[in-house]
Amino acid sequence: MAAKPKLHYPNGRGRMESVRWVLAAAGVEFDEEFLETKDQLQKLQDGNHLLFQQVPMVEIDGMKLVQTRSILHYIADKHHLFGKDLKERTLIDMYVEGTLDLLELIIMHPFLKPDDQQKEVVNMAQKAIIRYFPVFEKVLRDHGQRFLVGNQLSLADIILLQTILALEEKIPNILSAFPHLQEFTVKISNIPTIKKFLEPGSKKKPPPDDIYVRTVYNLFMP
Amino acid sequence: MAAKPMLHYFSGRGRMEPIRWLLAAAGVEFEETFIDTPEDFEKLRNDGSLMFPQVPVVEIDGMELVQSRPILNYNAAKHNLSGRDTKERALIDMYIEGVADVNEMILLLPISPPAEKDAKITLIKDRTANHYLPAFEKVLKSHGQDYLVGNRLSRADIQLVELIYYVEEIDPSLLTNFPLLKALKARISNLPTVKKFLQPGGARKPPVDEKILEKARKILKF
Repeated sequence: MAAKPKLHYPNGRGRMESVRWVLAAAGVEFDEEFLETKDQLQKLQDGNHLLFQQVPMVEIDGMKLVQTRSILHYIADKHHLFGKDLKERTLIDMYVEGTLDLLELIIMHPFLKPDDQQKEVVNMAQKAIIRYFPVFEKVLRDHGQRFLVGNQLSLADIILLQTILALEEKIPNILSAFPHLQEFTVKISNIPTIKKFLEPGSKKKPPPDDIYVRTVYNLFMP
Repeated sequence: MAAKPMLHYFSGRGRMEPIRWLLAAAGVEFEETFIDTPEDFEKLRNDGSLMFPQVPVVEIDGMELVQSRPILNYNAAKHNLSGRDTKERALIDMYIEGVADVNEMILLLPISPPAEKDAKITLIKDRTANHYLPAFEKVLKSHGQDYLVGNRLSRADIQLVELIYYVEEIDPSLLTNFPLLKALKARISNLPTVKKFLQPGGARKPPVDEKILEKARKILKF
């Protein structure tokens, strides 16, 4: 029987959270080795486990995958979350890339200077409401289906849900002008594997706090 | 016969250049509509059905693709430059994401505040010499083949060689300790399609200069 995938990252969301979401949505159980000290990171680097000396790293199917997108694509391919043909795949790709641009703002937020953090929340909200949400609202409205692409769950749905929920933590009414996205959020959250991930006791990580920020600084700052 | 792909961008490298490299290497003739003024950009954004109001944009096979990665992914898949199975694709994905990380640093260098530029150049040199180039040299050494993955040309070779050219523009001595990478660069540069691209009159764009930068700044408003 294949070993479970093993995730190497600090004990927090960061760039690994999307991977946790997709594995969970695909119903794949996984283990985690949390990076807490510089020594642990050094050990991984010295042992040549990290292609570019960086994390995230996921041990899966005999490979040590690094780079978030590579990891996400591999899992999506393996678990039929990338559409049925190249055109669907490309649509999913574009939706995911747009969403990741937005998610990047959320990932970087805790590391901004405190004075800049509030300003950045406003920036995120604007980007979401003006540039990204209208696109997905229109897609859902136009085809009337439950999922963004090809009438089946894909990477695009999972990453968008992750991003919506993360934004709602900071801006609770961010979906107020987007009824189809509201419905989307409820429907995708109720998919059994995702519902389980959203319940307490799952591997979903809480919002970043001071401990997480300090851990990341200690790990990655020279 | 299918129309040639149409690239929409300003007349400089920026985020379109890897796409030009890939299409050229794949032997695909393409056309370019250069965005010369802010009005040109407005027209593009208001005109068609752009998913997100940004460039690069590539019109191809009846689609208007945005976001560099989906554009690259689509063309690589179409021209069999993405590997033959999921494992090859995962390897290629990792390699090109590493290349993209360094490219991003180099891309943003001209617009860094002058006070930060020296530190940024040092960082690029350090990362390239100590993380990225050694990783790729090691890959080539490990299997002794002419190409990074699967003993045949893939987008990983094309995108890495493009990066090698940029690294050499910053500091040719960075390549000193990497004979296999130098050989890869020569081999890829000598492919008939790539040779044509690199010749005067080919679609390759020159290094960024103040004039190009100012134009881009005015048009893209950064």
